[in-house]
Amino acid sequence: MKQFLRYLNVKELVRPIGQMLAFSLGSAAVMSAIILVLALVLDKTAVGTALVNKLNVSLFSYTLSNLPQVVIDGLTIGFVYAAIALGYTMVYGVLQFINFAHSEIFAVGAFVGVEVLIFLQTLGVLSGASVFMAYAYLSLAILLAMLAAGGLAVTVEKIAYRPLRNAPRLVPLTAAIGVSFLLQDLIRLVEGLTTGQFNRIIPTFGNFDDRITGKMTLGATKLFIGISVKSIIVIVAAVLMLVALNYLVNATKVGKAIRAVSQDMRTASLMGINVNRIISITFLVGGLLGGAAGLLYALKFTRIDPFIGFFPGIKAFTAAVLGGIGNMTGALLGGIILGLLETFAGSYLGVFTMGAAGSEYKDIFAFSILILVLIFRPQGLMGKNVGQKA
Amino acid sequence: MAATSFKEVFDKLNQGVVGYVVILLHVVAGSYLVYSQPRSNLAFLVFISSLLSLYFFRADNRFKILVGMLLALVIIPVIGVRNIFYLEVIFQISVFAALSLGLNIVVGFTGLLNLGYVAFYAVGAYLWAFFGSQQFYVLNYAPGTQPPDLPFLLPGDAFYLFLLVAVIIAAITGILLGLPVMRLKGDYLAIVTLGFGEVIRVLANNLDKPINLTNGPQGITPIQRPTMPEWVVDLFNSLFSGVIGHDVKLADMYNVMFYFFALLVIIAIIFVTKRLDDSKIGRAWTAVREDEIAAVAQGIPIVRMKLLAFAVGASFAGLMGVLLAASRTFISPESFNFMQSIGVLSMVILGGIGSIPGVILGAAVLTILNLQVLQGFSLYLNDLRQSDAVIPVINFAWKDLSTQLDPAKYQKLLFGLILIIMMIFRPEGLIPAKRRKRDVSVDETK
Amino acid sequence: MLKRRNSLFSMMVAAGLSLAMIGSAGAADKVVKVATQSPLSGDQSVVGVDIKRGAELALEQLGAPLAAMGFKVELAPFDDQANPDAGVANAKRIVSDPAVLAVVGHYNSGVQIPSSEVYHTSGLVNVSPANTNPKVTTRGYLEVNRIVGRDDVQGVVGADFAAAKGIKTAFVVHDKSAYGQGIAEFFKKRAEENKIKVLGFEGTEEKANFDALLSPIVAGNPDLIYFGGMAFQAAVLFKQARERGYEGMFLSDDGFDSPDAAKIGGKTLIAGTGTYYSTVSGPASVYPGTAKFITDFKAKYNADPQPFAAQGYDSMGISLKAIEMAAAANKNEVPTREAVAKAVRALKAYKGITGTYTFNEIGDPEKALYFVIQVKSADPAAWASNPIVQTLEIAPPK
Repeated sequence: MKQFLRYLNVKELVRPIGQMLAFSLGSAAVMSAIILVLALVLDKTAVGTALVNKLNVSLFSYTLSNLPQVVIDGLTIGFVYAAIALGYTMVYGVLQFINFAHSEIFAVGAFVGVEVLIFLQTLGVLSGASVFMAYAYLSLAILLAMLAAGGLAVTVEKIAYRPLRNAPRLVPLTAAIGVSFLLQDLIRLVEGLTTGQFNRIIPTFGNFDDRITGKMTLGATKLFIGISVKSIIVIVAAVLMLVALNYLVNATKVGKAIRAVSQDMRTASLMGINVNRIISITFLVGGLLGGAAGLLYALKFTRIDPFIGFFPGIKAFTAAVLGGIGNMTGALLGGIILGLLETFAGSYLGVFTMGAAGSEYKDIFAFSILILVLIFRPQGLMGKNVGQKA
Repeated sequence: MAATSFKEVFDKLNQGVVGYVVILLHVVAGSYLVYSQPRSNLAFLVFISSLLSLYFFRADNRFKILVGMLLALVIIPVIGVRNIFYLEVIFQISVFAALSLGLNIVVGFTGLLNLGYVAFYAVGAYLWAFFGSQQFYVLNYAPGTQPPDLPFLLPGDAFYLFLLVAVIIAAITGILLGLPVMRLKGDYLAIVTLGFGEVIRVLANNLDKPINLTNGPQGITPIQRPTMPEWVVDLFNSLFSGVIGHDVKLADMYNVMFYFFALLVIIAIIFVTKRLDDSKIGRAWTAVREDEIAAVAQGIPIVRMKLLAFAVGASFAGLMGVLLAASRTFISPESFNFMQSIGVLSMVILGGIGSIPGVILGAAVLTILNLQVLQGFSLYLNDLRQSDAVIPVINFAWKDLSTQLDPAKYQKLLFGLILIIMMIFRPEGLIPAKRRKRDVSVDETK
Repeated sequence: MLKRRNSLFSMMVAAGLSLAMIGSAGAADKVVKVATQSPLSGDQSVVGVDIKRGAELALEQLGAPLAAMGFKVELAPFDDQANPDAGVANAKRIVSDPAVLAVVGHYNSGVQIPSSEVYHTSGLVNVSPANTNPKVTTRGYLEVNRIVGRDDVQGVVGADFAAAKGIKTAFVVHDKSAYGQGIAEFFKKRAEENKIKVLGFEGTEEKANFDALLSPIVAGNPDLIYFGGMAFQAAVLFKQARERGYEGMFLSDDGFDSPDAAKIGGKTLIAGTGTYYSTVSGPASVYPGTAKFITDFKAKYNADPQPFAAQGYDSMGISLKAIEMAAAANKNEVPTREAVAKAVRALKAYKGITGTYTFNEIGDPEKALYFVIQVKSADPAAWASNPIVQTLEIAPPK
């Protein structure tokens, strides 16, 4: 045990958890402060009066009472984005290449996991499963989803990207867009041929739908907080994966090789690193994360189709760019910020604009923020301003 | 090596009178086939491919222009009126060819990857949709609740003015988008333009409140067309009704008219593109594409050059947008999704990045594939399924073939495959750009 | 090269001729075609494919009278890709085939409206199984008919039902499609006339994550959440709302009429004050044909019919009936398109599986039956036995 601990780099386990805590609390605090100030300012204007007429509550206390819930929702989706974003950012870090097909890797993970669970359900073991067994089944499904997605990511790299490694940048990117389309329809084809339909619904089992609720009073305002068990699973699983990934990259030999390849591929190969193997491993790790995120997404939101990958994928990529693409910490921060931002926008935009704009602008809110950030920091929040690579 | 030897053989044969003979034979045979078999897909493919002969075989330029004009001005309208589906296919080829040419300036000449190109198309379309319909009087109604019989804001002939206005507005939009993102590297630019494309679509979908500018998902209809003088229809009928076999109605004549508009726009775009490409600006664009840092060192104002490329590309799309709105008389946000942007990008890449004939070929191939070949093949399979036919050797009844296997359903799969295969085996496209070819050949000498 | 090219060329010519000959050889035994147009690819193909399947099944089951008259009726399914460009191109292809006498289609009003301009200029009749946008028929084309209710009626039905249930506050959500938003707009308008306080009116294209949208909804704790759109979104929203502790009532439209709703929502739909939906396609208890349709559909395609599959069936049935009548009037010869279009309008009380149809002068069903149905069972298999709580017979607005 002692010997084992000596090899274990405890610092690299604690550091990412600290980062996540700091990022989550920090961005949540900043955004909450902004929204509360806004609420105070607008309280006495037409916006406030409109709300009083509708719900008979002042804008400030309305904002405050919803705040904990909004933060929790935002963090949940933020961690999902972060897990997907890491897949983008790792590949980018190594190859300077946007793996556009990563969103379909995510979708494949979701489908494999859900199909495993549906299969277990037809075996009849799911419905009466004890809580422990329910978690065992879920873990099994996640594991298989990860393996399938990881395997697919490696295969795609071998077939479609490796022959293009030294081509101009537009070339592999275009191929990746092609892979993305191909995979969407392949999922559809396979699901259509085997099951007759391609919308799948995750079976209900275990205690995942239960909800832990709490009430708090802050002055005259009642705060409602609630979090479902599945949201907790999503967050915990994402945190575990992120810690594991961080450990892999920063505290193991393989990780060192990955970092070396991302800094300078040619020199790394001169140092005896098998570049192809390292790139495969990078895709594998990205795929594993994406696949798990896919099933977690399905668990949280119930229904999947072959096209579910598109928006989470685009948003996760936005998160990666926001944080500074190629930078793992940046992807984490970007994911959390994006998740929070979009949940804040979706929750409050309707009330703050008196119904003129609502949660339908949630999706483009993220893009608008991205453009704003890039104007002032073209390298992203945590990216280093390196010179242009030719 | 096979490719070069094929090329050598082709060049050897492609001399003297051969070109004339092949072109004439192909055009005549194609026209005859389509005329005698007005609904055969194959006949149409033979006919439309005569444009390829026209391009590849060597002949006097005056001869080529003459044959081309005969095709474009007489044969295509006549055939198109006999079977309006063909005219629609040719019209859509023209629309997508124009869009591809516009995107080609941005992606091909300047090397800026734009994944939200249809946004500019949407800007043009909505511009005319708003001013050329009753939408101005619907501003204060929720979608679908407006009273009937509202007046139109502008007469249909304002269409011509808006062709110009759309060019300007789309160019301004291009510059406005370009300004903040010009400092970004290629990949960042790709994602920002993708986001911008989404933003425009979502805005079109949602700007039905607080004031109803776009009528939201319901779309705007009816949109006016320019007036068609009576004598045009009469003239056309007196010239061609004998060949066509019946008198042409006004609605059919509009199809011909929009085909001519699209043709004019394409010719204008090709002209502008060619002149730009051969000018100082074109060379500056190439310099920006090949090496930005070196371009700066040469004293090229790269931000201005990039903005110019964005503006020119956008203005082409805006122009086509107005044309689309008028020809369809209906516009809704569904026409401007991400899939469309990727579709246009695929056309550029398939045809040959930076190559004008290549891009047009790419647009033609993908449009025909999508509208004719895949649908035709699905229909054929469906016919087989409804018959009692059996595949002989394996004794498989067509009836049992799953409808999940209809090729028309897997258009995206096919697009994906095309993109991947082209990138791996022929990234320079079907008809590579000339300048690019020179670069490649330098590489190959080592 | 030239020689090879020429031989290839002559092969192509021969192939083209022979292909065309197959077509002309078939014409001898009076081939007529009915085309379908619906999205067969992309994310809306779930519904689009089933519209086609419904029509296919109808052709199989109801084609006998025409076959007896010596006609061979073929189905020509087209994929409009939910995209107006593809829809219009297909429409032009369809009208250029003289054997096509009717079109069953579209799913998206945004595609139907421009495509039907093409049908209109060629006199080809279009029976729409799914387009509820008022503009589909208010243009007054002889060729355009639909068998579904209109957005401006169904929204009203929902709002009146809510008022009768004593609802005081409602939050209206829609899917930002022409269909869902249309219904929601009219629901809101009528609800306000009925003195129901509309706390919010929001559209969303989101299919999975409704967390952000639910915050303002749950904060207002309305008596009712109304959703204009399809089951696959509505059920997910409803489920997540219940998970948030919402106890009020859910109400949706005929897009909700799918066993998938129960599969997704499960017991959350029957919790609280329950879930209701308005629909124009009555359940099996009212239309015995529906039950048989569901069994036949499952037997043929091994899947539950999605919304509008039954309407696809009826649209095809109406088209066949009209062709039959027009052919009978034409001495058993192939009728003209115009005759078929007029025959559709002349149909009196056509008995379909989703209703009894007579069309008015603009192509809307004269007096459609609207039902409000309560979800009683969390079991998807029991979806068809959900009870009717209200039946209304309403003529479309003129």
